[in-house]
Amino acid sequence: MSETITHALPEHAHPAPPHTHPAPELVEGSTTTLRQAQRPDGAQSAPLSTLDLLEAEAIHVIREVVAEFERPVLLFSGGKDSVVVLHLATKAFAPGRVPFPVMHVDTGHNFPEVLAFRDETVARLGVKLEVARVQDYIDDGRLSERADGTRNPLQTLPLLDAIANGRHDAVFGGARRDEDKARAKERIISLRDEFGQWDPRNQRPELWSLYNGRHTPGQHVRAFPISNWTELDVWRYIEREGIPLPPLYFAHEREIYSRDGMWRPVGEFSPPSAGERVEVRTVRYRTVGDMSCTGAVESNAADLAAIVAEVAVSTLTERGATRADDRLSEAAMEDRKKDGYF
Amino acid sequence: MTTARTGATLVPELVEGSPTTVRRAHRPAAEPTLFRFATAGSVDDGKSTLVGRLLHDSKAILADQLEQVARTSADRGFAHGEFDFALLTDGLRAEREQGITIDVAYRYFSTGTRSFILADCPGHVQYTRNMVTGATTADAVIVLIDGRKGVLEQTRRHLAVVALLRVPHVIVAVNKIDLLGFSEDAYSAVAAQVRSVTADLGIEDLHVLPVSALEGDNIVERSARTPWYDGPALLELLESLPAQVSRYAPPSLLDNPLSRYAPSSLPDNRTLEPFRLPVQLVLRPQGGLSPELAADAAAVERLRDYRAVAGRVASGSVRVGDPVEIFPTGLRTSVTGIQIAGADADEAVAPQSVALQFADEVDAARGALVVAADTLPPGRREADVELFQLDARTLTGGARVLVKHGTATVQAIVTQIESRYDLDALVHTPVDALQTNDIGRARLRLAAELPLEPYRSSRHGGSFLVIHPSDGATLAAGIVRG
Repeated sequence: MSETITHALPEHAHPAPPHTHPAPELVEGSTTTLRQAQRPDGAQSAPLSTLDLLEAEAIHVIREVVAEFERPVLLFSGGKDSVVVLHLATKAFAPGRVPFPVMHVDTGHNFPEVLAFRDETVARLGVKLEVARVQDYIDDGRLSERADGTRNPLQTLPLLDAIANGRHDAVFGGARRDEDKARAKERIISLRDEFGQWDPRNQRPELWSLYNGRHTPGQHVRAFPISNWTELDVWRYIEREGIPLPPLYFAHEREIYSRDGMWRPVGEFSPPSAGERVEVRTVRYRTVGDMSCTGAVESNAADLAAIVAEVAVSTLTERGATRADDRLSEAAMEDRKKDGYF
Repeated sequence: MTTARTGATLVPELVEGSPTTVRRAHRPAAEPTLFRFATAGSVDDGKSTLVGRLLHDSKAILADQLEQVARTSADRGFAHGEFDFALLTDGLRAEREQGITIDVAYRYFSTGTRSFILADCPGHVQYTRNMVTGATTADAVIVLIDGRKGVLEQTRRHLAVVALLRVPHVIVAVNKIDLLGFSEDAYSAVAAQVRSVTADLGIEDLHVLPVSALEGDNIVERSARTPWYDGPALLELLESLPAQVSRYAPPSLLDNPLSRYAPSSLPDNRTLEPFRLPVQLVLRPQGGLSPELAADAAAVERLRDYRAVAGRVASGSVRVGDPVEIFPTGLRTSVTGIQIAGADADEAVAPQSVALQFADEVDAARGALVVAADTLPPGRREADVELFQLDARTLTGGARVLVKHGTATVQAIVTQIESRYDLDALVHTPVDALQTNDIGRARLRLAAELPLEPYRSSRHGGSFLVIHPSDGATLAAGIVRG
């Protein structure tokens, strides 16, 4: 544990320093902002909205982790959830830069648009990018390709190695409890043993807003600042903040084919089999992941307002709609999480 | 749902009557507010059914989830079209296999005016641990009772924990009213038992209502089968009770037809609580400005000496110009700038995450507490506390532990275990050790002064974790007596 234990704090009741600044002249435009706070007539009269509260909670978590851990890192896929966490981190440390690197676990099956977005984003924010490549593991035989071609489950080993090699003691992720039943039981700050395993039956209770991230050497924690956000909250926040996203999230025409009840993209890593009919439809992605297991949805939602409206009335969960890997079994996510998946 | 099998299709034509909005939209489409509540009770009381019913009737369960539940329910021998609602909250394989809920599960739903975070706390295993977890962050706790059985030991325990942790609103749902023939007399007898227990426990904000989770009576809509009950349905209650965090609402916002069910819904004195900000860290970017600002010469000049303390407002509010004091040094300064989530503001309130700039370069590092001037709490090295023993290990007098309070972590010794709270008899009996799930009184000695305040007057200032010094486990939750 890196946190300093206070053994003895100085006695208080030092003489108060004289008041030198009456202060108000510093109020205006004195500091950091990218925009004025959205509170028209002061907090006393405006109740904080759900998004304000979720934002406050997430920033609190991010700052706690940075204060208590030596080498945090943020898992950054270019997907909307990790984009939101990175955006929150910029707010948590404004006007400074984000004080930790981001890590991408590259399945080798990426949408090219997402890789471009990833690189633009890290350049814009001035954060360091660490990449863990599944392809390297396949090339040297540490991992072998699955029969179904899906590489999402293969991410765990490169991830754990990258965490160990980077000596990262805290790993931020954009996972949300509303995504999956197993994630609904996850803590905001969640301990992992030296094998990266999650022990769902032996989790630390989470009390008040006091997070206990103490760990022994070899252990690390996963930190999920947007645990309490729903998919709709994420989209409404992206809309409110005007956060840039990869173009895949917006309606576009794409060559697709249907497999296992999902629209798969025609691409280098996801070719149609014989008999699978390719057609061009207007689609968008609700989740962005490995090209081989992420499905598109038919949609005309071309801007954030339209997406918010669409998500608000969606009758399917985002994972149910678009993730082939989560359909494998009722406990697919739990099993992967126990092994160290995020 | 046909969509799930033929290519996932979103259906924009369903726009009207959005399924996430259950109730008529006669109120203005304001930004939804957040309300956290916990449910306590056992499967036998119908808790899973209640949770399932709330989620189902508020359309928070989407088609693919329902399909999965329906499939598994059928596998388990449920009749066609009947759901084992427990499957929605039992997220772990071990839970589904054993048919018990082990751990708190969080669920989310929204009614358009409010977003809800539901902490579903299982009743059987580790009930104290789960109840404490749910209750420490909840605006309200729903304790479910089987109306045929009335107040049982478990009910008393749940209510005792809720009372100790001072959950702002307590809702007791007397379930299975359908099996009582919707009898007013039967309900009134149970309600009287409840009121007797809650009076003994000192619970003030109590709401008792008759429900049938199975048949939906008084869950989302008021039931015609309980004409003698003139209070709100459960969801109405959840929508109208003031959330801790929306207590700053002006009277106009509270002026809705439901507010009469929430006697405590007037803007309360939380804003009168003194300002408290535990310092998480100091922001001092110097050369490390964000690239956007680093490219702006004026910003670079302006921010050359930027220094601010960052933290989440624990109580009260602060305005630019306010005088403040800092624990433990007692130094006094004033606030010259406030940033909320990176944006300048004139004022910040609990529970916003903020950065504060001061007129003077005062020592205020992680672990310090910034407070409104002249409200500095005394530093304490000794404390009489109530402990909720959560770890499987026994806690005895003499144990060396860590105490985490706010953003400060200090070494401590449990100098004495005094008594154990007998949740059945509601009396304290002398003991010298606390076992898992015990609630008891103890005395702590701290290696450094902490600004401990009675939990009764401050939820944040009076709460702490007891942590194992070597393996880091959370041993107990603690609250400061007095």
